[in-house]
Amino acid sequence: MVEIKDLYKSFNSNTVLEGVSFNVTEAENMIVFGRSGTGKSVLLKCMIRLMEPDAGSVFIQGKDVLKLDLKELNELRKDIGFLFQGAALYDSMSVRENLEFPLIRNFDLDKKEIDKRVHFVLEAVSLLEAIDKMPSELSGGMKKRIGLARSIITKPKLMLYDEPTTGLDPITSKEISALITDLQHALKMTSIVVTHDLLCAKIIADRAIILDGGKIVKEGSINDLTTSNDPLLKNFFSDEIIETNGSLK
Amino acid sequence: MLGGLTNFSVRFLKEVFLPPYEVDQIRKHMIELGMKTLPIVGVTGFIIGLVIAMQLSPVLKRFGAEAFLPGSVGISIVRELGPVICALIFAGRVSSGIGAELGSMRVTEQIDAMEVSGVNPFRYLVVTRIFATTFILPILTVYVIFISLIGAYIAVVLVQNMTWAYYIDRVIFAVEFGDAIPGVSKTFIFGFIVGLVGCFKGYTAENGTEGVGKASTSAVVVSSLLILIFDMVLVKLTLWIWPTVK
Repeated sequence: MVEIKDLYKSFNSNTVLEGVSFNVTEAENMIVFGRSGTGKSVLLKCMIRLMEPDAGSVFIQGKDVLKLDLKELNELRKDIGFLFQGAALYDSMSVRENLEFPLIRNFDLDKKEIDKRVHFVLEAVSLLEAIDKMPSELSGGMKKRIGLARSIITKPKLMLYDEPTTGLDPITSKEISALITDLQHALKMTSIVVTHDLLCAKIIADRAIILDGGKIVKEGSINDLTTSNDPLLKNFFSDEIIETNGSLK
Repeated sequence: MLGGLTNFSVRFLKEVFLPPYEVDQIRKHMIELGMKTLPIVGVTGFIIGLVIAMQLSPVLKRFGAEAFLPGSVGISIVRELGPVICALIFAGRVSSGIGAELGSMRVTEQIDAMEVSGVNPFRYLVVTRIFATTFILPILTVYVIFISLIGAYIAVVLVQNMTWAYYIDRVIFAVEFGDAIPGVSKTFIFGFIVGLVGCFKGYTAENGTEGVGKASTSAVVVSSLLILIFDMVLVKLTLWIWPTVK
């Protein structure tokens, strides 16, 4: 489904990605784990060309993303959902308009079908009552849920999550993680989740990679990684547990 | 910055002719921007007309030329003051607003979200706004000219016993079509500048909320400066192409 080979990205003299390579198979939930500032979000943005990588290749559904022209890229993007760190809801539009926007712009659907999909995704994230609210009237957790609803409304085959639980309290964070897992199973999507939240990773992940200093330093199941005796991982996860919340210990 | 602004305008010219044509968005922005600016340009225009007439009256009286007051006020408002004052107020109100709005959308990843959902944000956000500012400013200018002439009439009535009909007759007698056309026409360019600079500053904003503030402030400064520079060039150009303008 996704194949990344030797991806490089730097900003002036600061190298953020240094030869990152990995594969994600269909319907797999992959976690990209790493501390803040290790290039996790940059990796996601390079994958769908919100940023242009300096070198390397990205294949999604067999298509070489970096060689697509704008029209082909936009076609491919219709099959990809992206949940941004701050949800990125359009401030000037109501929840309903936010959800309708990608459907109206990209698909030839009648009003009835659009309404049906809007109601379906809002029910899926348990926020049907917020349909006519503006983003400014929503809490952080609600924004994330609506952001998630907007990402899945086009029925994407691949979902990219950028820090889905950052800035949320542990309970809401757990709810969002569980919601993501439920939706993954219901919609059978492939997903790549960038996070530094161990709790979120434990709930969602089939497999995880750890990014450090622009390189993948470890790969495996979350259980293997967290119980490893490797000093780097021990140090990494003990810090992450403290960062996430003490109760995980 | 000039290089970036040039590339941005070239991109606008490429994208403006390509479908889909966002007619609804253009109409929405025209109404929104026009309505938002209407009161302030109206008040400013009224005061400018009043003050210009009050200032000119004693000067003309000194030369025994008080009868020329409506004509002199009319020509200065139609040719220069109306278009430029309106454009500068419009720049202050609209360019900063566009800069802040798009800047905020940029730093909160709303523009990225639009791009990911397969929508061309440049066409949806930028082209529509530049198009709207380009075509709404001339309409506002005609309105400002009219309001300024009313302001000037009030000042004239205070010093001379003159009817509205006679005043307008004198203004129309003095102001020729050749004065009005270049005056209003150049506001298409001013409107384009306001939209272009506001969108450029907002669309390329970075560094969080600090960047949004900078985008908004510099949008006003740069667009106001460019309006004055282009006005200077356009006045010279108009007199060169159209020497019949008195």
